[in-house]
Amino acid sequence: MADPKASVVLIEDDPQIRRFLVAALELHGYAPHEAATANEGLRLVTSRQPDLVILDLGLPDLSGLEVIRRLREWYTRPILVLSARTREQDKVAALDLGADDYLTKPFGIDELLARLRVALRHLAGRQSGDADGRIEIDGLVIDAGARRVLKRGADVHLTPREYRLLLALASQRGKVLTHRHLLREVWGPSHVESPHYLRIYMRALRAKIEDDPARPRWLLTEIGVGYRFADAG
Amino acid sequence: MAVERSDARPDPDALLERARLEAQANARGRLKVFFGASAGVGKTYAMLQAARKMQAEGVETVAGYIEPHGRPETEALLAGLETLRPRQIEHRGIVLREFDLDAALHRHPRLLLVDEFAHSNPPGTRHPKRWQDIAELLDAGIDVYTTLNVQHLESLNDVVAQITGVRVRETVPDSVFERADEVELIDLPPDDLIGRLHEGKVYVPQRARRALEAFFRKGNLIALRQLALRATADRVDAAMREYRARHAIGGTWAAGERVLVCVGPDALSERLVRRARRLAFALHGEWLAAYVETPRLQRLPRAARDGVLRTLKLAESLGAQTFNLSGEHVADELLALARQRNVSKIIVGKPARARLRDRLRPGLVEALIRGSGDIDVLVVTSEPGRTPVELPRLPRRSSRWPAYLLGLAAVALATALCAALFRVLGPANLVMIYLLAVVWVAARHGRGPSVLAAFCSVALFDFLFIEPYFSFAVSDTQYLLTFAVMLGVGLLISNLTAQARRRAAVARHRERRMHELNALSRELARERTRERLVAALRRHVLAMLGGSAAVLFPDAAGHVQDPERFCTRGRTPPPGQMLFPVPGNDIGIAQWAYDHQRSAGLGTDTLANTDTVYVPLRALQRCMGVLALRPGDPRQLQVPEQMHLLDMMVSQAAIAIERSDLSAAAQRASVEVESERLRNTLLSAISHDFRTPLATIIGAASTLLSATPGGIDEGHRQSLLQSLLAEAQRLHRLTGNLLDLSRFDANGLQLERQWLAIDDVIGAVLAQLQGLLEHRAVHVTVAPDLPLFPGDETLLGQLLVNLIENAAKHTPPGTPIDIDADAADGALRVAVRDRGPGLPAGDSARLFEKFQRGRPEDAQSGFGLGLSIARAIVLAHGGTISASAREGGGAEFVFTLPLQAPVAGADG
Repeated sequence: MADPKASVVLIEDDPQIRRFLVAALELHGYAPHEAATANEGLRLVTSRQPDLVILDLGLPDLSGLEVIRRLREWYTRPILVLSARTREQDKVAALDLGADDYLTKPFGIDELLARLRVALRHLAGRQSGDADGRIEIDGLVIDAGARRVLKRGADVHLTPREYRLLLALASQRGKVLTHRHLLREVWGPSHVESPHYLRIYMRALRAKIEDDPARPRWLLTEIGVGYRFADAG
Repeated sequence: MAVERSDARPDPDALLERARLEAQANARGRLKVFFGASAGVGKTYAMLQAARKMQAEGVETVAGYIEPHGRPETEALLAGLETLRPRQIEHRGIVLREFDLDAALHRHPRLLLVDEFAHSNPPGTRHPKRWQDIAELLDAGIDVYTTLNVQHLESLNDVVAQITGVRVRETVPDSVFERADEVELIDLPPDDLIGRLHEGKVYVPQRARRALEAFFRKGNLIALRQLALRATADRVDAAMREYRARHAIGGTWAAGERVLVCVGPDALSERLVRRARRLAFALHGEWLAAYVETPRLQRLPRAARDGVLRTLKLAESLGAQTFNLSGEHVADELLALARQRNVSKIIVGKPARARLRDRLRPGLVEALIRGSGDIDVLVVTSEPGRTPVELPRLPRRSSRWPAYLLGLAAVALATALCAALFRVLGPANLVMIYLLAVVWVAARHGRGPSVLAAFCSVALFDFLFIEPYFSFAVSDTQYLLTFAVMLGVGLLISNLTAQARRRAAVARHRERRMHELNALSRELARERTRERLVAALRRHVLAMLGGSAAVLFPDAAGHVQDPERFCTRGRTPPPGQMLFPVPGNDIGIAQWAYDHQRSAGLGTDTLANTDTVYVPLRALQRCMGVLALRPGDPRQLQVPEQMHLLDMMVSQAAIAIERSDLSAAAQRASVEVESERLRNTLLSAISHDFRTPLATIIGAASTLLSATPGGIDEGHRQSLLQSLLAEAQRLHRLTGNLLDLSRFDANGLQLERQWLAIDDVIGAVLAQLQGLLEHRAVHVTVAPDLPLFPGDETLLGQLLVNLIENAAKHTPPGTPIDIDADAADGALRVAVRDRGPGLPAGDSARLFEKFQRGRPEDAQSGFGLGLSIARAIVLAHGGTISASAREGGGAEFVFTLPLQAPVAGADG
């Protein structure tokens, strides 16, 4: 897909998982570089300057969170985190530290590729400066310049707060945003510990935007982590 | 027999006691006593003969100690036996040859011969008496043959002394003799014995020959023989009774007679005790010995009190239960005890000579007889020439004179008052003022001052207020009565007060003991750990006896551990243990007390040469340890009541410690059993449920690998790959559930509560389960405006996943699933309903148990863990979950969650 090939550094200690990931990434047109330990991975990221890092949180020498912290001192491109199922807090911590997305093991390769695409698209968008301010997804239009939201052509009346929440999510389509992140973004830094605001506004927002709020199409809940605006692509 | 029991049912207590004795007897060695009327009847010879016979039968027999006889027949019998070397002990310059107990225990033969049951050991040996050595041998499981003369039996000691004029100091307690498994009487007619004596066939030490010749008179020998025969007959009788009791032969289940003997500070008491022992034995009854300490007796010199304690100890060694009572009236206390214990006969000594005082006031004997009712009172005369110990008169309190002065002052005050009121009141009322003064003095200051006050009052009243005034003459004789009454009232009140005071003192003393015991048992009931139980025992024992105390516990091998060694090795002592300097050799005594479950050390019969007493902590099943106590006042231990109290405290603590140990062990065991059971169920479930998907995975993967390129068409390849993926995902679900469960079990459930919206969670779960629900209609109905509720988002998501997966798993593809959420009664209610085959018959609550599946042969696997996890999650949130049949077919699972956050700390 990407041309030239997008380079990916894979930091994962399990050789079997590494093997199948490298094979799958090569097969789908990425240029993977593998590392089995955190230190090796950090060196590799420095030397290769990859477009994206896939990082397993359970590493033998350093904690994955520590790796994210060190990378984020200088590395601005996407970091995709792999984690075990039982470590929700780690996922949230990783996202709060600056990881872009996460995948829970075991995962299908389709899921991985979808996340990679989202992350790389954000990278491209950020780099090209997605400045026209208009987001249009499958009948839902968010016009940032006019502060209007249209659903199938009809105006949707949102409170300013609802609008900011929707914008925060939609502008990072496909990317999971933690509760803290959204609260900081929409309500400000003093409200990061008040997730119930988020629940109430999310319910209201869904009622206005979704066809079936109980089975949302756009505003997806990531259990224990946060919310994600569905990536139609 | 006083009372006959109507039924022939064996007394359960007696049965238990017998079972205990039998169990003990099985482990113990057997004791056989060769019993004779006097020296020279051939006991040793008979013993050796019997031993040789046993040896010939192949029983390992060792001669532990045989008195040197110097007779060829005896020597010949001894020659064929292994003989232990005697121990050489130097005592006052003489080297004594003594039985070596440790060597015997070490040699540990099947059968050991030890001559002279009644022998006294010299100082420096473990036990003062040889019968104690033998008891230890028996405890160690060694059979013992020994010899005994009738004169050495404790209870016959007096009688023999009376008959022969020779009193032997070496005695064996009757209880020990009675416990012998076998007694063989070696009988020789007196004439034959005298003949043997003259022939020099009787072994007699040279220095005692003269005394013994007087002893071996025919009259003596006849009497002794008679005694020996009777003692043996009694034993046979006892054996017979025991046999009949054991086999419930009717007619002998009479309540035994009980004999109570009253012990006093005089020399007669010892005789009384022996007499009571004989009587009780003859009546086949129990017996009790009591000493009543009156305030007067409390002032006895120490030697006399020690004598009383010795007498009680003698009674105890003869098998009596002993009581140390305190009270004002000996007779009342004795009768109270007698009634309480169902005593049928009371034995008292006859006062040596009646004093004037005794004539005026009824003595003990009269008081006893008067109050005895249906209890027989036996009065035993003292031996002529013996005088009772002179009881000390109550010493006058040294500082009494202020009391007399106060008495006079009271009278003076009364006089002043009377003088003031003389004009107003008549003489009869003035007397009342004096009476008040006398009563006050009597109540406050006792008899003497009150008598003085009464006399002075009478005199002054007469002198000042009765005509003719200022003269002691009395014109009206009726005032004489007034005087008498005043005097009488004074005496009466002062006596009553004194009595009340003494009673209070006695009651206080008794109450203190009971209080100690109660306080200890309350505390023991409260404590659970060994350390705290030990601390409680120490505290209470020290409160009672003072000094220092520690509890020594054995290690795994049964060696009592010296707490001080914890210190010398630089280790800290175990909690609750005060460091206690156990003298170097004493740890051996503690070990002995532990091994034999008998007290040892200070104040006991065993290894008394130390300042510390070692009391074993005997519990119901085993000995828990040893209390080492160095009392502040060693004499305290001589008081039987104190010793009993100590024993009671220690055994209470021992039982409490055992209980705590046992309950801890039981808890460990039940946890182990439960986790073992779970592990087994889990393993069998895993091996079944994992094998099915694994078989598919291995089969599909190997088929794909083995196929030559192009040898397998694309349709088959796809289907094999599909099943590989499907089965792997199934395994993933299984391991996920297992992981959850182990996580929940390991730390309970730690909830991370947040405010949640249930529609939010439902939507997320349905998105997650998209693949599973592809071909089904899922209807979600969420009541509008449901409030937020506190919960753990991840776990509740898991809960919904499990319920929906469960519904999908157990219903045919294509059937709908309905999810409803609403709120009622302060709770959120969520229902997951399907249109499948419904619930299996039986208790629906069982569905939520671990490893429970609706249908055992269900091809859809999953350990049945999903629902038990669901239940764990709901319960942790303080909610409820239930399963029931759905109206119109299918099943419904409903859970509720409280809408309000529980009070902090109520989390599971």
